[in-house]
Amino acid sequence: MKIGFYPGCSLTGSSREYNESVVAVAKALEIDLVELKDWNCCGATAAHSMNEELSLSLPARIMALAEEQGLKEIVVPCAACYNRLKVTQHELEDQPKRNRVAEILQMPYKGDLKIINVLQLLEAYGTENIKARITQPFAHKVACYYGCLLVRPHAILKFDRVEDPQSMDALIQVIGGTTMDWAFKTECCGGGFSVSRTDLVVKLSGNILKDASDRGAEALIVACPMCQSNLDMRRGAINKTLDSPIDIPVIYITQAIGLALGIGAKELGLKRHFVTVEL
Amino acid sequence: MSKIGVFICHCGENISATVDVERVAREVGGMEGVAHAIDYKYMCSDPGQTFIKEAVKKYNLDGVVVGACSPRMHEPTFRRACAEAGLNPYLCEMANLREHCSWVHEKSEETTEKAIDLVKMLVQKVKKNKPLDSIKVPVTKRALVIGGGIAGIQASLDIANTGHKVILVERDPSIGGHMSQLSETFPTLDCSQCILTPRMVEVAQHPNIKLYTYAELESLEGFIGNFTAKIRLKAKSVDYSTCTGCGACIQKCPVKKIPSEFNAGLGTRTAIYVPFPQAVPNKPVIDRVNCNYYKRGACKICEKTCQVGSIQWDREDEIVTEEVGAVVLATGFDVKGADFFPEYGYGKYKDVLTGLQFERMASASGPTFGEIRRPSDGVIPKKIVFIACAGSRDPAKGIPYCSKICCMYTAKHAMLYQHKVHDGESTVFYMDIRAGGKNYEEFVRRAIEEDTVNYVRGRVARVYEKDGKLIVKGVDTLLGGQQVEIEADMVVLATAGVANCGSEQLAQKLHVSYDPYHFFAEAHPKLKPVETNTAGIFLAGACQAPKDIPETVGMASGAAVKVAALFSNDELVREPLVAVVNRLAPPLYSTCVGCFMCETACPYNAIEHEDIRGRDGSLIKTIAKVNEGLCQGCGTCVAFCRSKSIDIQGYTHEQVYAEVMSLLND
Repeated sequence: MKIGFYPGCSLTGSSREYNESVVAVAKALEIDLVELKDWNCCGATAAHSMNEELSLSLPARIMALAEEQGLKEIVVPCAACYNRLKVTQHELEDQPKRNRVAEILQMPYKGDLKIINVLQLLEAYGTENIKARITQPFAHKVACYYGCLLVRPHAILKFDRVEDPQSMDALIQVIGGTTMDWAFKTECCGGGFSVSRTDLVVKLSGNILKDASDRGAEALIVACPMCQSNLDMRRGAINKTLDSPIDIPVIYITQAIGLALGIGAKELGLKRHFVTVEL
Repeated sequence: MSKIGVFICHCGENISATVDVERVAREVGGMEGVAHAIDYKYMCSDPGQTFIKEAVKKYNLDGVVVGACSPRMHEPTFRRACAEAGLNPYLCEMANLREHCSWVHEKSEETTEKAIDLVKMLVQKVKKNKPLDSIKVPVTKRALVIGGGIAGIQASLDIANTGHKVILVERDPSIGGHMSQLSETFPTLDCSQCILTPRMVEVAQHPNIKLYTYAELESLEGFIGNFTAKIRLKAKSVDYSTCTGCGACIQKCPVKKIPSEFNAGLGTRTAIYVPFPQAVPNKPVIDRVNCNYYKRGACKICEKTCQVGSIQWDREDEIVTEEVGAVVLATGFDVKGADFFPEYGYGKYKDVLTGLQFERMASASGPTFGEIRRPSDGVIPKKIVFIACAGSRDPAKGIPYCSKICCMYTAKHAMLYQHKVHDGESTVFYMDIRAGGKNYEEFVRRAIEEDTVNYVRGRVARVYEKDGKLIVKGVDTLLGGQQVEIEADMVVLATAGVANCGSEQLAQKLHVSYDPYHFFAEAHPKLKPVETNTAGIFLAGACQAPKDIPETVGMASGAAVKVAALFSNDELVREPLVAVVNRLAPPLYSTCVGCFMCETACPYNAIEHEDIRGRDGSLIKTIAKVNEGLCQGCGTCVAFCRSKSIDIQGYTHEQVYAEVMSLLND
């Protein structure tokens, strides 16, 4: 199984462990990830809140590169990148916008690239195949946290049930974990306000952690670098607002699967978290 | 040579403000075959019609073209005028100078020229018109009503009271429908059962009504005035001729845990059951899916209990055939909410209910005898939240339309709750309050002002359980978008009204059209709300769109009047604008080759086979024949016919070509 891979900026910086675990799991499952050459930033929140043309041109260049490099399908682990690429592809179905972007890029763009997130990659790979390779069942009770960008807007992404998604829960159950019905699986963590309005992030992420912890979760499972950093890196500030500190770790779905496949903690980047991972 | 009369109408100023009507009359008057052409302010008025009648006689006209409004509006008027003057009405045609020209264009030279072209086309067409005679078909004066809710009950009673026979078919073991499940009704708060059950009894006792419960329509064939209905009488496993309805079997039945449909799943019933104590007929049926005997071959306790030996284990479904002249569809609606909003926790949390479940709970005949109690622990809820539009008006996740009844029943629910739980606190989350209707707005105000129901304008994002409470997270959009969080004991979803299950299949059986939501489609949204596009089939109630009781009853009476009007004739007169297969002299007999492509194309099953036989009785060929009673003149067969053997009378190939050629020749 050979597939394109767009890491995006977060995976080379604050969430290197996401990159490491994606690569490690792909290797263990014999999925051949081909990293896109000469990729650029997707524009994330900054571009589309400032300049529409820029917000479309950046992801369009990524997709045009993939087309040029002969890739039919590309996996985008970062939820924000995934969202921006999908939304841009949708927006560029509009011919005038497409013409304008082509003019800016000076590159051909067909718009038929298949863009998937990590959950879809693993689903497509097949749960039976994953099951067959499990060496240490992931026997933990966890809360799967999807956040905003992975499932919204549903009209464009057409991925999972928008208010009550299930795909990550299903994967955790495949590797032997127990998932729970909880209230905050798609609530906002504060996202990009991590630096400018840390107080808001502390409040929102705090609510998420508290509900998961109250319901007995041993860990939070995520598939978004932004969510992970808010829930993990801001834990000190969050704990200051709580009566009793919460110490449950926040790990990526690929890290959980990696553990079940018997991949070492170091290889999965589990040592890089602020909240110690002991699973 | 033809002698055509042309009459151009000003339609007040509707046409004459943008079209130079005098020039139209002048130019068309100069055409070959036009004997007379005038214009007049109101052609449809009495003097206008008199102009036409006099001209027909004076010039001995053999064709009339009226350039005026849409033929949908006044074609019957002008055709009648021609007929009164002795001209076959089908020699009169209309050019639509209003909707097709003056209303859609600016005043200009070109607009007038288009008007001239439109009239010229019709002049050329009318030269090819042939006199036609209207079609007469007999009428069976017996009506079939499908669905025994309030719509079907009302329609049946109204038709029966005009002296005609009615066959009422109900899918469930009892008539009554959703109305029998309701507690009190808005805006008067009178008890639903108290006003409905007498009518149910009246249906059962009416000499003109034949009631088939636990029955479904199997097929319907035929055409207006002449339908043949096959009805499947599902096996009740109980002989109603001997059963006294004593109820002993029900008490002894060991299978007691089946969720009761009548109580919307809140209560239970037995395998042999009567849906509710006031059921009509008040005799049980055996639910074969859940009965021990049918499942495992043993039990038969009801048989031992029955004093009169009414249990019939090997009774099978029976098909009865009924001849009817008209059909009223009154199959009602269904409620749906759970699937649209998983985040509201319906099905996950026991204390999140649908509106219909709350209705049962508030009803004196319900599972709690009218007390509002949490299904989870039986405790009386002190805080209750009602979520309006749980699925309605939500194109993204639910249905785009407004379910219409929810604003009112939610106000009623909140009011009933406040009346029953005096220290309770109720909150309604709403988008808009749609309370159009007599005394409706006053009713909602009463809930807010007298019964102190807290109305919050905003949507609920999520409902989740925490420490035994249901946390309702929403927004108050009237207070600057403030987030609201309520710890509720019970949540009631005003679930969307959707088409009843099976409505699509039923529509296909009956050849009536349905909308994208599977509600049956009326023939015209304003002027033909109870008719369908299939002649002789009428609509009543919420099978057409969600509606409340008064509207349903009004519509049912409307449908009944349509049926009674149909039955007031011994013969039906139909427009002869139907398809005909040509017939020619021997040895050809017809250009039809009998491929029957038309038969596959016809949506109304109007194509029959006709054998042409020689004098010795030998078969020469089999050709298509159109049943004039069934044909709706849609023309699909004409498009499919490979040998051009079918024409629509009044719109023959020759006539349409003449119209097109008149444009090309100019």
